[in-house]
Amino acid sequence: MSTTVNDLERTVNSGLTTTVKKSQINFNQLFIDVDIENLISVILFLKTNDKCRFKQLIDITAVDYPEKKKRFKMVYLLLSHENNLRIIININIDEKTTVPSITKIFPSANWMEREVFDMYGISFKDHPDLRRILTDYGFDGYPLRKDFPLTGHLEVRYSEEKKKVISEPVKLDQEYRDFDFESPWEGTKYVKEEIQKKETKEK
Amino acid sequence: MVKQTKTMNLNFGPQHPAAHGVLRLILELDGEVVEKADPHIGLLHRGTEKLIEHKTYMQAVPYFDRLDYVAPMNQEHAFALAIEKLLNIDVPIRGQYIRVLFCEIGRILSHLLNITTQALDVGALTPSLWGFEERETLMTFYERVSGSRLHANYFRPGGVHQDLPRGLSEDIMQFCHTFPKVINDLETLLTDNRIFKQRNVDIGIVTKEEALEHSFSGVMLRGSGVAWDLRKSQPYECYQDFNFNIPIGKNGDCYDRYLCRIEEMRQSVEIIKNCIDKMPSGPVKNIDGKITPPAKKDLKKSMEAVIHHFKLFSEGFRVPEGEIYAAVEAPKGEFGVYLISDGSHKPYKCKIRAPGFSHLQAMDYLIKGHMLADVPAVIGSLDLVFGEIDR
Repeated sequence: MSTTVNDLERTVNSGLTTTVKKSQINFNQLFIDVDIENLISVILFLKTNDKCRFKQLIDITAVDYPEKKKRFKMVYLLLSHENNLRIIININIDEKTTVPSITKIFPSANWMEREVFDMYGISFKDHPDLRRILTDYGFDGYPLRKDFPLTGHLEVRYSEEKKKVISEPVKLDQEYRDFDFESPWEGTKYVKEEIQKKETKEK
Repeated sequence: MVKQTKTMNLNFGPQHPAAHGVLRLILELDGEVVEKADPHIGLLHRGTEKLIEHKTYMQAVPYFDRLDYVAPMNQEHAFALAIEKLLNIDVPIRGQYIRVLFCEIGRILSHLLNITTQALDVGALTPSLWGFEERETLMTFYERVSGSRLHANYFRPGGVHQDLPRGLSEDIMQFCHTFPKVINDLETLLTDNRIFKQRNVDIGIVTKEEALEHSFSGVMLRGSGVAWDLRKSQPYECYQDFNFNIPIGKNGDCYDRYLCRIEEMRQSVEIIKNCIDKMPSGPVKNIDGKITPPAKKDLKKSMEAVIHHFKLFSEGFRVPEGEIYAAVEAPKGEFGVYLISDGSHKPYKCKIRAPGFSHLQAMDYLIKGHMLADVPAVIGSLDLVFGEIDR
Protein backbone atom coordinates (compact mmCIF):
# COMPACT_ATOMS: atom_id res chain seq x y z
CA MET A 1 0.00 0.00 0.00
CA SER A 2 1.49 3.28 -0.99
CA THR A 3 1.42 6.22 1.35
CA THR A 4 -0.44 9.31 0.25
CA VAL A 5 0.33 12.89 1.05
CA ASN A 6 -2.40 12.87 3.67
CA ASP A 7 -0.88 9.86 5.39
CA LEU A 8 2.44 11.61 5.33
CA GLU A 9 0.96 14.73 6.89
CA ARG A 10 -0.47 12.61 9.67
CA THR A 11 2.83 10.78 10.24
CA VAL A 12 4.79 13.99 10.27
CA ASN A 13 2.41 15.69 12.66
CA SER A 14 2.22 12.78 15.07
CA GLY A 15 5.94 12.04 14.90
CA LEU A 16 7.15 15.59 15.29
CA THR A 17 4.18 16.91 17.29
CA THR A 18 4.71 20.55 18.20
CA THR A 19 7.92 20.94 16.22
CA VAL A 20 5.82 21.39 13.12
CA LYS A 21 4.34 24.85 13.37
CA LYS A 22 2.19 24.57 10.30
CA SER A 23 1.55 21.93 7.70
CA GLN A 24 -0.45 22.20 4.53
CA ILE A 25 -0.90 20.35 1.28
CA ASN A 26 -0.72 22.34 -1.93
CA PHE A 27 -0.72 20.72 -5.34
CA ASN A 28 -0.23 17.32 -3.78
CA GLN A 29 2.98 18.41 -2.05
CA LEU A 30 3.38 18.71 1.69
CA PHE A 31 4.74 21.99 3.02
CA ILE A 32 5.79 22.21 6.66
CA ASP A 33 7.03 25.13 8.71
CA VAL A 34 9.53 24.44 11.47
CA ASP A 35 11.81 26.43 13.76
CA ILE A 36 15.49 26.82 13.07
CA GLU A 37 16.45 25.04 16.31
CA ASN A 38 14.64 21.90 15.23
CA LEU A 39 15.97 21.74 11.69
CA ILE A 40 18.46 18.93 12.26
CA SER A 41 16.07 16.77 14.25
CA VAL A 42 13.26 17.24 11.72
CA ILE A 43 15.47 16.30 8.79
CA LEU A 44 16.86 13.30 10.65
CA PHE A 45 13.34 12.18 11.50
CA LEU A 46 12.22 12.51 7.89
CA LYS A 47 15.24 10.60 6.66
CA THR A 48 15.13 7.73 9.12
CA ASN A 49 11.44 7.26 10.00
CA ASP A 50 10.07 4.11 8.41
CA LYS A 51 6.99 5.81 7.09
CA CYS A 52 8.85 8.78 5.63
CA ARG A 53 12.20 7.59 4.25
CA PHE A 54 13.16 10.83 2.61
CA LYS A 55 16.50 9.50 1.46
CA GLN A 56 17.29 12.20 -1.04
CA LEU A 57 17.84 15.89 -0.71
CA ILE A 58 16.66 17.58 -3.87
CA ASP A 59 17.60 21.16 -3.20
CA ILE A 60 18.19 23.88 -0.65
CA THR A 61 17.35 27.45 -1.41
CA ALA A 62 16.31 30.66 0.26
CA VAL A 63 13.80 33.38 -0.48
CA ASP A 64 14.28 37.02 0.39
CA TYR A 65 11.45 39.09 1.83
CA PRO A 66 13.19 42.39 2.68
CA GLU A 67 10.11 43.95 4.25
CA LYS A 68 9.66 41.18 6.81
CA LYS A 69 11.36 41.09 10.20
CA LYS A 70 12.48 37.55 9.60
CA ARG A 71 13.90 38.37 6.25
CA PHE A 72 14.83 35.03 4.75
CA LYS A 73 12.92 31.87 4.26
CA MET A 74 15.06 28.76 3.96
CA VAL A 75 13.56 26.05 1.80
CA TYR A 76 14.56 22.38 1.92
CA LEU A 77 13.15 20.02 -0.69
CA LEU A 78 13.27 16.31 0.03
CA LEU A 79 12.21 13.31 -1.99
CA SER A 80 11.30 9.82 -0.88
CA HIS A 81 11.78 7.28 -3.65
CA GLU A 82 10.17 4.47 -1.73
CA ASN A 83 6.95 6.32 -0.98
CA ASN A 84 7.09 8.47 -4.10
CA LEU A 85 6.50 11.64 -2.10
CA ARG A 86 7.99 15.07 -1.82
CA ILE A 87 8.16 17.34 1.19
CA ILE A 88 9.10 20.98 1.40
CA ILE A 89 10.41 22.39 4.66
CA ASN A 90 10.22 26.12 5.26
CA ILE A 91 12.10 27.98 7.96
CA ASN A 92 11.88 31.71 8.57
CA ILE A 93 15.06 33.31 9.80
CA ASP A 94 16.39 36.83 10.19
CA GLU A 95 19.50 38.22 8.58
CA LYS A 96 21.87 37.44 11.42
CA THR A 97 20.86 33.85 12.10
CA THR A 98 23.37 31.12 11.41
CA VAL A 99 21.73 28.02 10.02
CA PRO A 100 22.99 24.62 11.16
CA SER A 101 24.51 22.79 8.23
CA ILE A 102 23.00 19.46 7.24
CA THR A 103 26.07 18.21 5.38
CA LYS A 104 26.49 15.47 8.00
CA ILE A 105 23.07 14.07 7.09
CA PHE A 106 23.20 14.66 3.35
CA PRO A 107 26.68 15.12 1.83
CA SER A 108 25.09 16.74 -1.21
CA ALA A 109 24.00 19.66 0.95
CA ASN A 110 27.56 20.94 0.71
CA TRP A 111 27.30 22.82 -2.57
CA MET A 112 23.66 23.72 -2.09
CA GLU A 113 24.50 25.49 1.15
CA ARG A 114 27.47 27.13 -0.49
CA GLU A 115 25.15 28.44 -3.16
CA VAL A 116 22.73 29.85 -0.60
CA PHE A 117 25.66 31.49 1.16
CA ASP A 118 26.91 32.89 -2.13
CA MET A 119 23.56 34.21 -3.29
CA TYR A 120 21.99 35.39 -0.04
CA GLY A 121 24.82 35.70 2.47
CA ILE A 122 23.26 33.27 4.92
CA SER A 123 26.00 31.52 6.83
CA PHE A 124 26.00 27.93 7.97
CA LYS A 125 27.32 26.46 11.17
CA ASP A 126 29.65 23.43 10.94
CA HIS A 127 29.89 23.62 7.17
CA PRO A 128 33.17 21.98 6.06
CA ASP A 129 34.00 24.40 3.27
CA LEU A 130 31.88 27.54 3.12
CA ARG A 131 33.21 29.41 0.09
CA ARG A 132 31.51 31.27 -2.69
CA ILE A 133 30.60 28.98 -5.53
CA LEU A 134 28.92 30.56 -8.55
CA THR A 135 30.09 34.14 -8.48
CA ASP A 136 33.48 35.38 -9.64
CA TYR A 137 36.61 35.19 -7.53
CA GLY A 138 36.65 38.26 -5.30
CA PHE A 139 32.99 39.08 -5.86
CA ASP A 140 31.31 41.36 -3.35
CA GLY A 141 27.63 41.39 -2.39
CA TYR A 142 24.81 38.85 -2.47
CA PRO A 143 23.19 38.86 -5.90
CA LEU A 144 19.85 37.20 -5.23
CA ARG A 145 18.89 39.56 -2.42
CA LYS A 146 16.08 41.79 -3.55
CA ASP A 147 18.09 44.94 -2.81
CA PHE A 148 20.92 43.90 -5.14
CA PRO A 149 20.50 45.69 -8.47
CA LEU A 150 19.92 43.57 -11.56
CA THR A 151 22.82 45.21 -13.37
CA GLY A 152 25.23 44.59 -10.50
CA HIS A 153 27.92 46.98 -9.31
CA LEU A 154 31.04 46.12 -11.28
CA GLU A 155 31.78 45.21 -14.85
CA VAL A 156 34.98 43.65 -16.14
CA ARG A 157 36.96 44.34 -19.27
CA TYR A 158 40.43 43.83 -20.60
CA SER A 159 42.51 46.93 -20.23
CA GLU A 160 44.97 47.45 -23.06
CA GLU A 161 47.12 49.82 -21.00
CA LYS A 162 47.41 47.66 -17.92
CA LYS A 163 47.50 44.44 -19.96
CA LYS A 164 45.10 42.70 -17.61
CA VAL A 165 41.43 42.25 -16.86
CA ILE A 166 40.14 45.05 -14.67
CA SER A 167 36.80 45.69 -13.00
CA GLU A 168 35.20 49.10 -12.87
CA PRO A 169 31.77 50.47 -11.86
CA VAL A 170 28.96 49.60 -14.25
CA LYS A 171 28.33 52.26 -16.88
CA LEU A 172 25.04 52.02 -18.73
CA ASP A 173 24.35 54.03 -21.87
CA GLN A 174 20.73 53.94 -20.92
CA GLU A 175 19.40 53.69 -17.37
CA TYR A 176 17.92 50.30 -16.61
CA ARG A 177 14.17 50.57 -16.91
CA ASP A 178 11.87 48.36 -14.91
CA PHE A 179 8.45 48.86 -16.42
CA ASP A 180 5.54 48.80 -14.04
CA PHE A 181 2.56 47.42 -15.85
CA GLU A 182 0.44 47.04 -12.75
CA SER A 183 -2.82 48.64 -13.70
CA PRO A 184 -4.00 51.19 -11.14
CA TRP A 185 -7.58 50.15 -11.76
CA GLU A 186 -7.88 46.40 -11.61
CA GLY A 187 -5.96 43.27 -12.39
CA THR A 188 -6.92 40.44 -14.65
CA LYS A 189 -9.80 38.48 -13.28
CA TYR A 190 -9.60 34.75 -13.71
CA VAL A 191 -12.98 33.21 -14.25
CA LYS A 192 -11.85 29.84 -12.96
CA GLU A 193 -10.51 31.36 -9.76
CA GLU A 194 -13.76 33.11 -9.02
CA ILE A 195 -15.80 30.01 -9.57
CA GLN A 196 -13.53 28.21 -7.14
CA LYS A 197 -13.87 30.96 -4.57
CA LYS A 198 -17.63 30.75 -4.85
CA GLU A 199 -17.51 27.00 -4.49
CA THR A 200 -15.41 27.14 -1.35
CA LYS A 201 -17.73 29.77 0.11
CA GLU A 202 -20.77 27.60 -0.58
CA LYS A 203 -19.10 24.69 1.16
CA MET B 1 62.96 5.39 6.57
CA VAL B 2 59.58 6.48 5.29
CA LYS B 3 59.53 7.43 1.67
CA GLN B 4 58.56 11.06 1.29
CA THR B 5 55.99 11.74 -1.40
CA LYS B 6 54.95 15.11 -2.59
CA THR B 7 51.56 15.75 -4.12
CA MET B 8 51.25 17.95 -7.14
CA ASN B 9 48.45 20.37 -7.89
CA LEU B 10 47.18 20.35 -11.44
CA ASN B 11 44.84 22.87 -12.92
CA PHE B 12 42.46 21.05 -15.27
CA GLY B 13 40.57 23.54 -17.42
CA PRO B 14 38.78 25.97 -17.61
CA GLN B 15 39.63 25.60 -21.29
CA HIS B 16 40.17 21.91 -21.66
CA PRO B 17 38.48 20.05 -24.51
CA ALA B 18 37.53 17.17 -22.23
CA ALA B 19 36.03 19.42 -19.57
CA HIS B 20 32.83 19.74 -21.61
CA GLY B 21 32.62 23.45 -21.10
CA VAL B 22 34.15 25.81 -18.64
CA LEU B 23 35.04 23.57 -15.75
CA ARG B 24 38.05 24.37 -13.69
CA LEU B 25 39.14 21.34 -11.78
CA ILE B 26 41.96 21.58 -9.28
CA LEU B 27 43.45 18.15 -8.93
CA GLU B 28 45.79 17.03 -6.24
CA LEU B 29 47.95 14.30 -7.70
CA ASP B 30 50.20 11.76 -6.13
CA GLY B 31 52.13 10.62 -9.16
CA GLU B 32 49.32 9.76 -11.52
CA VAL B 33 46.74 9.00 -8.86
CA VAL B 34 44.18 11.64 -8.04
CA GLU B 35 43.97 12.33 -4.32
CA LYS B 36 41.52 15.18 -4.35
CA ALA B 37 39.46 17.04 -6.91
CA ASP B 38 38.05 20.47 -6.26
CA PRO B 39 35.77 21.68 -9.07
CA HIS B 40 35.48 25.43 -9.43
CA ILE B 41 32.27 26.29 -11.18
CA GLY B 42 30.45 29.49 -11.98
CA LEU B 43 32.52 30.53 -14.98
CA LEU B 44 29.36 30.50 -17.06
CA HIS B 45 27.15 32.06 -14.37
CA ARG B 46 24.75 34.47 -16.02
CA GLY B 47 22.39 35.13 -13.14
CA THR B 48 19.42 33.40 -14.76
CA GLU B 49 17.43 33.26 -11.55
CA LYS B 50 17.89 36.96 -10.90
CA LEU B 51 16.96 37.85 -14.47
CA ILE B 52 13.81 35.74 -14.31
CA GLU B 53 12.64 37.68 -11.26
CA HIS B 54 12.65 40.78 -13.46
CA LYS B 55 10.81 39.33 -16.44
CA THR B 56 7.21 38.36 -17.02
CA TYR B 57 6.43 34.69 -17.08
CA MET B 58 6.40 34.52 -20.85
CA GLN B 59 9.64 36.49 -21.18
CA ALA B 60 11.33 34.10 -18.78
CA VAL B 61 10.83 31.01 -20.95
CA PRO B 62 13.81 31.60 -23.28
CA TYR B 63 16.19 31.62 -20.33
CA PHE B 64 15.43 27.96 -19.88
CA ASP B 65 16.72 27.14 -23.35
CA ARG B 66 20.04 28.52 -22.30
CA LEU B 67 20.43 26.27 -19.28
CA ASP B 68 20.99 22.84 -20.70
CA TYR B 69 21.44 24.00 -24.26
CA VAL B 70 21.77 20.43 -25.49
CA ALA B 71 18.13 19.62 -24.81
CA PRO B 72 16.43 23.01 -24.56
CA MET B 73 12.78 22.07 -24.62
CA ASN B 74 13.00 19.72 -21.65
CA GLN B 75 13.95 22.67 -19.49
CA GLU B 76 11.13 24.88 -20.72
CA HIS B 77 8.83 22.02 -19.89
CA ALA B 78 9.52 22.15 -16.15
CA PHE B 79 8.88 25.88 -16.05
CA ALA B 80 5.68 25.59 -18.08
CA LEU B 81 4.42 22.79 -15.83
CA ALA B 82 5.06 24.86 -12.70
CA ILE B 83 3.14 27.84 -14.08
CA GLU B 84 0.29 25.70 -15.32
CA LYS B 85 -0.14 24.12 -11.91
CA LEU B 86 -0.20 27.51 -10.20
CA LEU B 87 -2.67 28.85 -12.75
CA ASN B 88 -4.67 25.65 -12.51
CA ILE B 89 -5.07 25.31 -16.25
CA ASP B 90 -4.91 22.31 -18.53
CA VAL B 91 -2.99 21.73 -21.71
CA PRO B 92 -5.10 20.33 -24.56
CA ILE B 93 -4.29 16.73 -25.36
CA ARG B 94 -2.67 17.51 -28.69
CA GLY B 95 -0.42 20.04 -27.00
CA GLN B 96 0.61 17.38 -24.48
CA TYR B 97 1.47 14.90 -27.22
CA ILE B 98 3.56 17.46 -29.06
CA ARG B 99 5.38 18.22 -25.83
CA VAL B 100 6.15 14.58 -25.22
CA LEU B 101 7.29 14.22 -28.81
CA PHE B 102 9.79 17.05 -28.51
CA CYS B 103 10.92 16.08 -25.03
CA GLU B 104 11.94 12.71 -26.38
CA ILE B 105 13.69 14.34 -29.31
CA GLY B 106 15.55 16.40 -26.73
CA ARG B 107 16.50 13.26 -24.87
CA ILE B 108 17.99 11.73 -28.02
CA LEU B 109 19.80 15.01 -28.74
CA SER B 110 21.37 15.03 -25.32
CA HIS B 111 22.28 11.36 -25.16
CA LEU B 112 23.77 11.45 -28.65
CA LEU B 113 26.01 14.32 -27.68
CA ASN B 114 26.98 12.70 -24.42
CA ILE B 115 27.76 9.23 -25.75
CA THR B 116 29.74 10.48 -28.71
CA THR B 117 31.77 13.06 -26.80
CA GLN B 118 32.48 10.57 -24.07
CA ALA B 119 33.83 8.26 -26.77
CA LEU B 120 35.85 11.18 -28.07
CA ASP B 121 37.32 11.78 -24.63
CA VAL B 122 38.54 8.22 -24.41
CA GLY B 123 39.96 8.25 -27.89
CA ALA B 124 37.29 7.32 -30.44
CA LEU B 125 36.70 9.92 -33.11
CA THR B 126 34.21 8.27 -35.45
CA PRO B 127 31.13 8.07 -33.17
CA SER B 128 31.01 11.83 -32.84
CA LEU B 129 31.06 12.29 -36.60
CA TRP B 130 28.18 9.87 -37.02
CA GLY B 131 26.26 11.12 -34.02
CA PHE B 132 26.46 14.79 -34.94
CA GLU B 133 24.93 14.11 -38.32
CA GLU B 134 21.82 12.74 -36.59
CA ARG B 135 21.78 15.63 -34.16
CA GLU B 136 21.71 17.97 -37.11
CA THR B 137 18.60 16.20 -38.47
CA LEU B 138 16.93 16.47 -35.09
CA MET B 139 17.75 20.12 -34.81
CA THR B 140 16.12 20.79 -38.15
CA PHE B 141 12.95 19.37 -36.59
CA TYR B 142 13.40 21.91 -33.82
CA GLU B 143 13.88 24.59 -36.41
CA ARG B 144 10.83 23.64 -38.41
CA VAL B 145 8.57 23.72 -35.40
CA SER B 146 9.93 26.72 -33.53
CA GLY B 147 12.09 28.67 -35.94
CA SER B 148 15.42 28.03 -34.29
CA ARG B 149 17.72 25.09 -34.00
CA LEU B 150 18.70 25.53 -30.39
CA HIS B 151 16.92 28.18 -28.41
CA ALA B 152 13.43 27.08 -29.26
CA ASN B 153 11.16 29.01 -26.88
CA TYR B 154 8.47 26.59 -27.96
CA PHE B 155 6.82 25.24 -24.80
CA ARG B 156 4.74 28.11 -23.48
CA PRO B 157 2.60 28.16 -20.37
CA GLY B 158 -0.69 26.63 -21.51
CA GLY B 159 0.62 24.54 -24.37
CA VAL B 160 3.07 24.93 -27.21
CA HIS B 161 3.64 27.97 -29.36
CA GLN B 162 2.17 26.66 -32.59
CA ASP B 163 0.99 23.50 -34.27
CA LEU B 164 3.32 21.19 -36.17
CA PRO B 165 3.94 22.40 -39.72
CA ARG B 166 2.67 20.22 -42.53
CA GLY B 167 4.81 17.17 -43.26
CA LEU B 168 6.84 17.32 -40.07
CA SER B 169 5.30 14.24 -38.43
CA GLU B 170 6.03 12.18 -41.55
CA ASP B 171 9.64 13.31 -41.54
CA ILE B 172 10.06 12.55 -37.85
CA MET B 173 8.53 9.13 -38.49
CA GLN B 174 11.01 8.60 -41.31
CA PHE B 175 13.81 9.50 -38.91
CA CYS B 176 12.48 6.97 -36.40
CA HIS B 177 12.83 4.25 -39.00
CA THR B 178 16.40 5.05 -39.93
CA PHE B 179 17.75 6.12 -36.54
CA PRO B 180 17.79 2.69 -34.79
CA LYS B 181 20.32 1.59 -37.37
CA VAL B 182 22.57 4.48 -36.36
CA ILE B 183 22.30 3.38 -32.72
CA ASN B 184 23.32 -0.12 -33.80
CA ASP B 185 26.24 1.29 -35.74
CA LEU B 186 27.35 3.32 -32.73
CA GLU B 187 27.12 0.19 -30.64
CA THR B 188 29.28 -1.80 -33.03
CA LEU B 189 31.89 0.90 -32.64
CA LEU B 190 31.74 1.16 -28.87
CA THR B 191 29.89 -1.49 -26.88
CA ASP B 192 32.34 -4.33 -27.39
CA ASN B 193 35.30 -2.16 -28.22
CA ARG B 194 38.23 -3.25 -26.11
CA ILE B 195 39.68 0.21 -25.61
CA PHE B 196 36.31 1.74 -24.78
CA LYS B 197 35.65 -0.96 -22.22
CA GLN B 198 39.09 -0.67 -20.68
CA ARG B 199 38.54 3.00 -20.21
CA ASN B 200 35.03 2.77 -18.78
CA VAL B 201 34.35 -0.53 -17.04
CA ASP B 202 34.81 -0.25 -13.25
CA ILE B 203 35.57 3.44 -13.48
CA GLY B 204 33.65 5.85 -11.29
CA ILE B 205 31.56 3.26 -9.50
CA VAL B 206 28.58 4.56 -7.54
CA THR B 207 26.65 2.30 -5.20
CA LYS B 208 22.90 2.56 -4.74
CA GLU B 209 23.11 4.18 -1.30
CA GLU B 210 25.75 6.64 -2.35
CA ALA B 211 23.80 7.63 -5.45
CA LEU B 212 20.90 8.58 -3.18
CA GLU B 213 23.11 10.33 -0.64
CA HIS B 214 24.70 12.46 -3.33
CA SER B 215 21.33 13.54 -4.77
CA PHE B 216 21.94 11.80 -8.08
CA SER B 217 19.10 11.54 -10.54
CA GLY B 218 18.47 10.35 -14.05
CA VAL B 219 20.99 7.99 -15.60
CA MET B 220 23.44 8.51 -12.76
CA LEU B 221 20.88 6.97 -10.42
CA ARG B 222 19.55 4.33 -12.78
CA GLY B 223 23.06 3.24 -13.71
CA SER B 224 23.47 2.21 -10.08
CA GLY B 225 20.36 0.08 -10.13
CA VAL B 226 17.73 2.38 -8.67
CA ALA B 227 14.53 2.05 -10.68
CA TRP B 228 13.46 5.65 -10.68
CA ASP B 229 12.26 7.70 -13.60
CA LEU B 230 9.87 10.58 -13.12
CA ARG B 231 8.15 9.73 -16.39
CA LYS B 232 7.06 6.45 -14.77
CA SER B 233 6.92 7.20 -11.07
CA GLN B 234 5.32 10.64 -11.10
CA PRO B 235 3.90 10.80 -14.62
CA TYR B 236 3.49 14.33 -15.87
CA GLU B 237 1.86 15.42 -19.12
CA CYS B 238 0.60 12.25 -20.84
CA TYR B 239 3.50 9.87 -20.21
CA GLN B 240 1.10 7.38 -18.62
CA ASP B 241 -0.36 6.77 -22.11
CA PHE B 242 2.91 5.39 -23.41
CA ASN B 243 4.45 2.03 -22.99
CA PHE B 244 8.19 2.16 -22.54
CA ASN B 245 10.87 0.53 -20.46
CA ILE B 246 13.40 2.06 -18.12
CA PRO B 247 16.87 0.55 -18.47
CA ILE B 248 18.66 -0.04 -15.18
CA GLY B 249 22.39 -0.52 -14.68
CA LYS B 250 23.95 -3.14 -12.50
CA ASN B 251 27.42 -2.02 -11.51
CA GLY B 252 27.04 1.74 -11.43
CA ASP B 253 30.20 2.38 -13.44
CA CYS B 254 30.76 4.60 -16.47
CA TYR B 255 30.14 1.70 -18.84
CA ASP B 256 26.73 0.87 -17.35
CA ARG B 257 25.70 4.47 -17.64
CA TYR B 258 26.73 4.42 -21.29
CA LEU B 259 24.58 1.32 -21.85
CA CYS B 260 21.63 2.95 -20.09
CA ARG B 261 21.85 5.95 -22.38
CA ILE B 262 21.99 3.79 -25.51
CA GLU B 263 18.89 1.90 -24.42
CA GLU B 264 17.09 5.10 -23.43
CA MET B 265 17.55 6.39 -26.95
CA ARG B 266 15.87 3.27 -28.30
CA GLN B 267 13.00 3.72 -25.88
CA SER B 268 12.69 7.36 -26.88
CA VAL B 269 12.39 6.35 -30.52
CA GLU B 270 9.54 4.02 -29.54
CA ILE B 271 7.79 6.80 -27.63
CA ILE B 272 8.15 9.16 -30.58
CA LYS B 273 6.70 6.57 -32.97
CA ASN B 274 3.85 5.89 -30.59
CA CYS B 275 3.29 9.59 -30.16
CA ILE B 276 2.97 10.27 -33.88
CA ASP B 277 0.71 7.26 -34.38
CA LYS B 278 -1.64 8.33 -31.63
CA MET B 279 -1.39 12.08 -32.22
CA PRO B 280 -4.87 13.46 -31.51
CA SER B 281 -6.29 16.48 -33.27
CA GLY B 282 -7.44 19.68 -31.63
CA PRO B 283 -5.91 22.86 -30.24
CA VAL B 284 -2.26 22.87 -29.18
CA LYS B 285 -2.60 25.42 -26.42
CA ASN B 286 -5.07 26.45 -23.80
CA ILE B 287 -7.80 28.54 -25.37
CA ASP B 288 -8.07 30.96 -22.45
CA GLY B 289 -7.16 34.28 -24.09
CA LYS B 290 -5.89 35.60 -20.78
CA ILE B 291 -3.00 33.11 -20.78
CA THR B 292 -2.14 32.27 -24.37
CA PRO B 293 -1.88 34.77 -27.22
CA PRO B 294 -4.64 34.84 -29.83
CA ALA B 295 -4.24 33.50 -33.34
CA LYS B 296 -2.82 35.92 -35.88
CA LYS B 297 -5.93 35.82 -38.02
CA ASP B 298 -8.15 36.85 -35.10
CA LEU B 299 -6.14 40.01 -34.62
CA LYS B 300 -7.61 41.45 -37.81
CA LYS B 301 -11.20 40.88 -36.79
CA SER B 302 -11.65 40.63 -33.07
CA MET B 303 -11.25 43.60 -30.73
CA GLU B 304 -11.01 41.26 -27.78
CA ALA B 305 -8.11 39.41 -29.40
CA VAL B 306 -6.28 42.70 -29.89
CA ILE B 307 -6.77 43.60 -26.24
CA HIS B 308 -5.60 40.19 -25.10
CA HIS B 309 -2.60 40.40 -27.39
CA PHE B 310 -1.65 43.81 -26.07
CA LYS B 311 -2.09 42.87 -22.44
CA LEU B 312 -0.18 39.60 -22.80
CA PHE B 313 2.83 41.16 -24.48
CA SER B 314 3.03 44.20 -22.21
CA GLU B 315 1.90 43.25 -18.72
CA GLY B 316 1.78 39.50 -19.26
CA PHE B 317 -0.54 37.29 -17.31
CA ARG B 318 -0.77 37.22 -13.56
CA VAL B 319 -0.24 34.05 -11.64
CA PRO B 320 -2.14 33.50 -8.39
CA GLU B 321 -0.13 33.55 -5.19
CA GLY B 322 1.48 30.29 -4.22
CA GLU B 323 4.57 28.18 -4.31
CA ILE B 324 5.27 24.99 -6.13
CA TYR B 325 8.01 22.60 -7.08
CA ALA B 326 7.61 20.99 -10.49
CA ALA B 327 10.11 18.51 -11.88
CA VAL B 328 10.61 16.69 -15.13
CA GLU B 329 12.87 13.85 -16.14
CA ALA B 330 15.31 15.78 -18.28
CA PRO B 331 17.92 13.75 -20.18
CA LYS B 332 20.45 14.48 -17.46
CA GLY B 333 18.22 13.78 -14.49
CA GLU B 334 15.62 15.50 -12.41
CA PHE B 335 15.29 19.07 -13.57
CA GLY B 336 13.08 21.03 -11.24
CA VAL B 337 11.70 24.52 -10.89
CA TYR B 338 10.75 25.87 -7.50
CA LEU B 339 8.50 28.79 -8.24
CA ILE B 340 7.02 31.36 -5.88
CA SER B 341 4.41 33.75 -7.17
CA ASP B 342 3.26 36.80 -5.24
CA GLY B 343 0.23 37.24 -7.45
CA SER B 344 1.88 39.65 -9.87
CA HIS B 345 2.96 39.18 -13.46
CA LYS B 346 6.57 38.37 -12.57
CA PRO B 347 7.86 35.41 -10.60
CA TYR B 348 8.87 36.39 -7.07
CA LYS B 349 11.42 33.64 -6.92
CA CYS B 350 12.41 30.94 -9.34
CA LYS B 351 14.95 28.40 -8.16
CA ILE B 352 16.26 26.08 -10.81
CA ARG B 353 17.29 22.65 -9.68
CA ALA B 354 19.81 21.40 -12.18
CA PRO B 355 20.74 17.72 -12.09
CA GLY B 356 24.33 18.34 -13.17
CA PHE B 357 24.98 20.47 -10.09
CA SER B 358 24.70 17.51 -7.73
CA HIS B 359 26.50 15.22 -10.15
CA LEU B 360 29.53 17.46 -10.44
CA GLN B 361 29.56 17.94 -6.69
CA ALA B 362 30.29 14.24 -6.29
CA MET B 363 33.36 14.56 -8.53
CA ASP B 364 35.76 14.40 -5.60
CA TYR B 365 34.15 11.23 -4.29
CA LEU B 366 34.02 9.62 -7.75
CA ILE B 367 37.56 10.29 -8.83
CA LYS B 368 39.47 9.71 -5.61
CA GLY B 369 42.00 6.95 -6.16
CA HIS B 370 41.59 6.88 -9.92
CA MET B 371 44.28 7.76 -12.43
CA LEU B 372 44.53 11.15 -14.06
CA ALA B 373 43.48 9.62 -17.39
CA ASP B 374 40.18 8.53 -15.84
CA VAL B 375 39.18 12.11 -15.13
CA PRO B 376 37.85 12.74 -18.67
CA ALA B 377 36.03 9.39 -18.65
CA VAL B 378 34.24 10.24 -15.41
CA ILE B 379 33.44 13.79 -16.50
CA GLY B 380 32.08 12.38 -19.75
CA SER B 381 29.80 9.94 -18.04
CA LEU B 382 28.50 12.55 -15.58
CA ASP B 383 26.96 14.25 -18.61
CA LEU B 384 27.82 17.79 -17.64
CA VAL B 385 26.59 20.88 -19.40
CA PHE B 386 27.71 24.07 -17.79
CA GLY B 387 24.74 26.08 -18.90
CA GLU B 388 22.63 24.35 -16.29
CA ILE B 389 25.24 23.91 -13.59
CA ASP B 390 26.27 27.56 -13.50
CA ARG B 391 22.84 28.94 -14.40
